[in-house]
Amino acid sequence: MAGSSIMDNLFQRTLEDLIKGFRLQLVGESALISKAVEEIRREIKSTDLDIKSIALQKLSYLSAIYGIDMSWAAFHVVEVMSSSRFAHKKIGYRAASQSFHEGTSVLLLITNQLRKDLSSPNEFEVSLALECLSRIVTIDLARDLTPDVFTLLSSSKVFVRKKAIGVILRVFEKYPDAVRVCFKRLVENLENSDSQIATAAVGVFCELSSKDPRSYLPLAPEFYRILIDSRNNWVLIKTLKIFAKLAPLEPRLGKRIVEPVCELMKKTGAKSLMFECVRTVVTCLSNHESAVKVAISKIGELLVDPDPNLRFLGLHALSDVAPTHLWAVLENQEVVIKSLSDEDPNIKLESLCLVMAMVSESNVADISKVLVNYALKSDPEFCNEILGSILTTCSRNVYEIIIDFDWYVSLLGEMSRIPNCQKGEEIEAQLIDIGMRVKDARLQLVQVGRDLVIDPALLGNVHLHRILCAAAWVVGEYVEVASNPFELMDALLQPRTNLLPPSVRAVYIHSSFKILVFCLDCCLMQNQEHVSSLDSSNLAVGYSGLVAGKKHTETRDFASCEGPTHDAQNEGFSPQNSMDSSEQLAVQNNAVRIVTQDQTSIATSLEKNNFTLESIVGLLNLIELVLSPLAANPDVEILERARNVLSFVQLIKAEISDNSNQNVDILDKKDAQVSAIVKLMCDAFSDELGPVSLNAQGRVAVPDGLVLNENLDDLNAICGDIELPSSSSFSIGGPHFGTTSDASPFNLPKKEETEPLNESASLLEHRKRHGLYYLPSEKNEITYDDYPPPNDPQKKTNLNDESEDLSKLAGQSLSLKKRPNQTKPRPVVVKLDDGDVVPISVKKPEPRDDSLSGAVRDVLLGSEAKPSSSQSNPSDKSSGTDKKNLSSYHPSEIKENVIGAEMPDQANPNRKSKHHGRHKERRRSPRKTIEGGEHDQRENKKSSHRHNRHKARQGSSSPLNVAPQTPVIPDFLL
Amino acid sequence: MGIRFVLMVNKQGQTRLAQYYEYLTIEERRALEGEIVRKCLARTEQQCSFVEHRNYKIVYRRYASLFFLVGVDDDENELAILEFIHLLVETMDRHFGNVCELDIMFHLEKAHFMLEEMVMNGCVVETSKSNILTPIQLMDKAS
Repeated sequence: MAGSSIMDNLFQRTLEDLIKGFRLQLVGESALISKAVEEIRREIKSTDLDIKSIALQKLSYLSAIYGIDMSWAAFHVVEVMSSSRFAHKKIGYRAASQSFHEGTSVLLLITNQLRKDLSSPNEFEVSLALECLSRIVTIDLARDLTPDVFTLLSSSKVFVRKKAIGVILRVFEKYPDAVRVCFKRLVENLENSDSQIATAAVGVFCELSSKDPRSYLPLAPEFYRILIDSRNNWVLIKTLKIFAKLAPLEPRLGKRIVEPVCELMKKTGAKSLMFECVRTVVTCLSNHESAVKVAISKIGELLVDPDPNLRFLGLHALSDVAPTHLWAVLENQEVVIKSLSDEDPNIKLESLCLVMAMVSESNVADISKVLVNYALKSDPEFCNEILGSILTTCSRNVYEIIIDFDWYVSLLGEMSRIPNCQKGEEIEAQLIDIGMRVKDARLQLVQVGRDLVIDPALLGNVHLHRILCAAAWVVGEYVEVASNPFELMDALLQPRTNLLPPSVRAVYIHSSFKILVFCLDCCLMQNQEHVSSLDSSNLAVGYSGLVAGKKHTETRDFASCEGPTHDAQNEGFSPQNSMDSSEQLAVQNNAVRIVTQDQTSIATSLEKNNFTLESIVGLLNLIELVLSPLAANPDVEILERARNVLSFVQLIKAEISDNSNQNVDILDKKDAQVSAIVKLMCDAFSDELGPVSLNAQGRVAVPDGLVLNENLDDLNAICGDIELPSSSSFSIGGPHFGTTSDASPFNLPKKEETEPLNESASLLEHRKRHGLYYLPSEKNEITYDDYPPPNDPQKKTNLNDESEDLSKLAGQSLSLKKRPNQTKPRPVVVKLDDGDVVPISVKKPEPRDDSLSGAVRDVLLGSEAKPSSSQSNPSDKSSGTDKKNLSSYHPSEIKENVIGAEMPDQANPNRKSKHHGRHKERRRSPRKTIEGGEHDQRENKKSSHRHNRHKARQGSSSPLNVAPQTPVIPDFLL
Repeated sequence: MGIRFVLMVNKQGQTRLAQYYEYLTIEERRALEGEIVRKCLARTEQQCSFVEHRNYKIVYRRYASLFFLVGVDDDENELAILEFIHLLVETMDRHFGNVCELDIMFHLEKAHFMLEEMVMNGCVVETSKSNILTPIQLMDKAS
């Protein structure tokens, strides 16, 4: 056995050998690795710790560099860790911090080893243990080792102490009760004069305060002192980060720090510190104008720097400042726009964001035009970024900044044709959305849709299929404003449509159906006019009246107050219409059509299109020809729709074919039947589609006899403490719930599953969810016009330059001139009163580390709500160890801390500064002040005066009491 | 946690040092490293050294054939991290004397120790070169 061990020892490959081996053998790496692992598996079983540790070292290396699993060696790691030789221990700890995690079972075995090493006289061993602890700490380890870390927090060796400070952050995270024990010492370390220790402590507080800044407000004077005194840039950056978190919570703090921050910003030579100052100012001191001015001038310097890093950060800072100080962006417009063609995609993206921030209703057209030109020239990725941001910006708040929808719809069409465009889904959604919301835009929309649908070249581009789907839907749905329905029909049925995916093709077929019905209807109408027969079918005339009404609505400019009237006309076929005299209607029809023609150059013109019987028959034949093969299509959607159309065509054909050669009178009679059919179909398509509110369901009245509120309170009482995620889009809370009961309807259905529930409640719940809710039958398009939105006058920059070069646009200053061509009023955009705004959940998310911040607040603000249990806990733990002194003076320290932390809440500034003195003093002579602390506790209520004097005396004897007594402290939080 | 991980990668994309300050499984690490290396190594000298990836901000810097990549939280100061990288390189340079990729390969443990002296738990705790190197030299003597 011993012999083999020596042999192993002699012939074991070291890590260096292993690495050399890898360097020599460039191919077959994986074979080499598996061979090495095999070797390691054998060696690691050795009883000789030298062999074992070298094997482990090799394994760690392979795991770190080549990602080899080493979890199987966990027990060997523990063995090597517990070796008494430092060289072994080092390897063991490294392996442990690399491979152990919460799920590693052997973690239970190392608590004592860690404790032993944490209290080792060898500072390097302590350091190893601390380092390892910071990586693998679990709740159990944190709880068991808190007393040891606490001791190290005041170690005389700086090397150890700063690492203990670094570890404490993780310990707090895992075991918040440790705060009650260690927090005060941590604060003391912050006040330490040794820069290494203070650096570590500031780092920890920076992390702590980012999670729950409010708890650390009482420490603001301490941070302020560091901000003023420190010369270490890293510390200053961290301190600024802390203030960036604290300042929004306490306005006076902002006032206090704005001056030193500006000083730093101007004076410092370090770009990193300067940038941190800028960032602090623009994010949390943006109401201090003078500071913002300085910051923006610094940003200006960054923007023109040759270093791309600084340019990027300058742009980034500028976009932080944009929401509050848009003038800063406009001031640097030129650079921003130049950056659009930077080499670096990240810089391009930043500048794109800034350009979009400058967009307002007056310049959106110009900026979009220029950006689209940029997009044409850009690489595909950035091209789509540009298109995406145009789409997002323009559609924000239901197209808030769009005035000229005709322009916007054409822009959408233009964007679709950009070769790299991959924004099909968004453009699709917007085309349909605008069609439903903006009646005035439909004419242009159909025109754009026609151009898209008619182009056979577009059908081959997969990215355009979604857009073509929308275009086909639009031309079908709003065919009544189309200039030439026959042309549309040809386009929808063109042979290359077989390139479309089935779902889109189905839309094409359905749209052709709509167009067919429209054409038939128009044809009938024309015939009636032609014959001007009074005895023709009432129904048909009635229907034509309806169409007239519809067109009337669509083509007129109407004010918002007229909306409901037109809606009523749109509502569908109304009996009154059919009762009216047909002559009157016919006249009205003609009048309307004339008006239509007058108003728009490409208006629907029935006369012009000449819906003769021949053309209709041609249409029917075409449809039959194209769709017949599809009646056997494997895709059910296509099959079904094709069959629908074909059946309809055959029905119509049967009615009219035998009459085609006969005279008009007989035709008239036949017409009655045809028109009855056509009327039926028209009816099916006559209801106008509108946008649906997200909250539509909430408007459904609760049926009589259903008391929804009844059982909710009981439920809340039963499971009030269960926190359930509330979905914002699922809203069944109607007006009956009132505004405050938002959460309860969400919670209910889920609680059903977890809590025992009485039968009636669950039944009601079930009904509510499944049975008794449906969409409102009335149209919920409530047209109102809350336009124009309030706009910052500064935003209205004039960018109406004709040139396509944005940098020329940039040259123009922010004049308030409006665009001259804004004579056209903005059309009505249908908005639903509540539906277009995604409801924001009112509930604030629970802070994740609630217990941690709670503990910190307890310590700092002296809430004595949870006194003894948590405090005694760590002392219990420590009593088992050799640190008897810990358990003996814990409680008093904590109590004293509690009193000390009350300082900021008390009114007397002198008192506060004296407390600081006392802190310093106490560190020098713990025993004495502990007594003082207990003394305090007993007496602080009855005689704070005496206590003050007592402390002052102590403070004056302390050599360290100068800094905290600077007069800045009282101003802070009193 | 400010710093989430520190990577050293050569220009062939091979990892030379990887230090994570949060636990990721080996598969996650491999995937992350692959994605980041692909993203960063494709960038040119004229482009800025900050890249966003997943929920990290990656600050990187190239020294000869070696890339230093540091993953940080979103609100970390990018320039300070660049300074941190530079400090790390200077420290290694002082220790090894004209540091190169091979030094890090063969003395990975030491490189880790230096990093550990500088960063604790994702926070930079030490920014003085001599403070970083003294314990390492002492340790060398002791063992």
